[in-house]
Amino acid sequence: MSKKSNAALEAALAEPVWPAAPPAFTWLGFGVFALLAVYPFIFTGTFSHHLMIMVFLHAIMAQSWNVVAGMSGQISLGHAVFFGLGAYASALLYIKWGITPWIGLLAGMAISALAAAAIGIPTLRLRGHYFAIATLLFGISVQIVFQRWDWVGAASGIFMPIVRDDPWLVLQFHGSKLPYYYLSFGLCVIAFAVVWDLQRRRLGMRLLAVRDEPEAAASLGIDVAWHKVIAFMISGAMMSTAGTFFAQYVLVVDPDRVFNFEISVLALLMVVLGGIGTLWGPALGAAILVPLSEFTRTWFGGTGGTVDLIIYGILILLICIYQPRGLLSIVTERLRRRVDTK
Amino acid sequence: MSELLLVEGLTKHFGGVTANDGISFDVREGEIIGIIGPNGAGKSTLFDLLTGFQTPDSGSVLLDGHDVTGLRPDRIARMGVGRTFQKLKPFPDLTLVENVMVGALAHTSHVHEARDKALEAIAFVDLLEKRHSFARELSTGQRKRLEMARALATDPRLLLMDEVTGGVDQKTIPGLIELVLALRDKGITILTIEHNMKVMMDVSSRILALQFGKRIAFGKPEKVRNDPHVVDAYLGRADAA
Repeated sequence: MSKKSNAALEAALAEPVWPAAPPAFTWLGFGVFALLAVYPFIFTGTFSHHLMIMVFLHAIMAQSWNVVAGMSGQISLGHAVFFGLGAYASALLYIKWGITPWIGLLAGMAISALAAAAIGIPTLRLRGHYFAIATLLFGISVQIVFQRWDWVGAASGIFMPIVRDDPWLVLQFHGSKLPYYYLSFGLCVIAFAVVWDLQRRRLGMRLLAVRDEPEAAASLGIDVAWHKVIAFMISGAMMSTAGTFFAQYVLVVDPDRVFNFEISVLALLMVVLGGIGTLWGPALGAAILVPLSEFTRTWFGGTGGTVDLIIYGILILLICIYQPRGLLSIVTERLRRRVDTK
Repeated sequence: MSELLLVEGLTKHFGGVTANDGISFDVREGEIIGIIGPNGAGKSTLFDLLTGFQTPDSGSVLLDGHDVTGLRPDRIARMGVGRTFQKLKPFPDLTLVENVMVGALAHTSHVHEARDKALEAIAFVDLLEKRHSFARELSTGQRKRLEMARALATDPRLLLMDEVTGGVDQKTIPGLIELVLALRDKGITILTIEHNMKVMMDVSSRILALQFGKRIAFGKPEKVRNDPHVVDAYLGRADAA
């Protein structure tokens, strides 16, 4: 090898593995984080707290779906299952044995990961749309089982007893929504940190390889089916944390609510809207869709629940036509073009 | 010289078509074996059988004495068999260096280590200045180099290359051929499918000629070139004239 190319290699080796984000973006990130940390003291109304709690909760759900669809390329239509399992796991452990929902949170994650493995191992070896169909049917059947299972309260579900002692142990806060705000904020930050970290690891890089070119991935020694299962398990565990939080937030867990097909669809919509396969796309999607849904419900009263779905539908149509990589790509593509021309 | 690959009676049917019909050959360490044959002769199917992308109906593949017949592609890859694809398969939304890192991560879970190894492989294929380009932005010739670097980063002992010089302009060919020879000089045994006969004759130590899924000749380039079956396959029947 010539001297010139040796010098070029030395220079390349000296670069950081992951290029640093532009300083403006780093500051923007810190700014948003700081703003969210003090938000409840700026907007003190209960509704404004509730609104952001819902945004955080949905951002976790969207990020979870993004892990399986955006990072490993598998469309799940049954993600509500993991939401419901998380909700039921913590609620049941508490009302049956008085076990703290913190343990319930972990138990829900473990159960959801196992359920993901159970559905993923037989179906993720198949190509095409079998996985999407299997998750769709899985979602519906789990809901039916819980509707008829007396031990878990069947169709009427579980009403959590109101407890006012040891709020951080039983995870119930009555008086103020502030603890819920910071709890959901914390869970959301963890979920996004997990994905940020995953993208910089062997596992994350391999998932992208499996997503884009499974045959090339296999030729590089990657067990394609197993990597899809792992992504699905991580995704399921993440979704479960949202379910547990939701159960503690509304203190009612019933099959029609927590296993609702709409949850699976909503997770998908938020990701497609924000930007599939990106770190911040799910947050953007949640930040747009949740306020939209909450406000239409306020404006249109009880019937608002369907109006927001109509607006979602229009939004998704527009996205598919004009910005198929999601809203976030408008910013990132501009940014890249600027960097390239420098 | 020891045999790195020993193929015995490899057969594969697709419906009524016999794509590979009892193919046998051996590959010694350090060789470049060229595989030639008209379109549809079964060359790519043979590659798929050797790398686990297809399971043979009968026959066996021994890699360094270990039976790898019918193993999954990722298992065979981890045993030191790399490949490039005729229809190139870069990871389009990853940069060049990230593409090659995925290969380097076969033997290390340390991302920094993989990056350094990837850069060395990219320097080897002389594409360093493109390292931060997305794979989808590269030209066909550059993507061929990407696939070579990516396979090289997995530390293969045996590298199967499907049409190195196919689909690129004449100017690009000598550089790619030089790379194949450089890979051989690194100690990697090479199996390559080629349509460019001149290239094949120049670089191969032995040539395997296929027609209608059958082996019609196997041996030194000059012997295969003058083999009547090969002449028939390429030029039509000699005695018909």
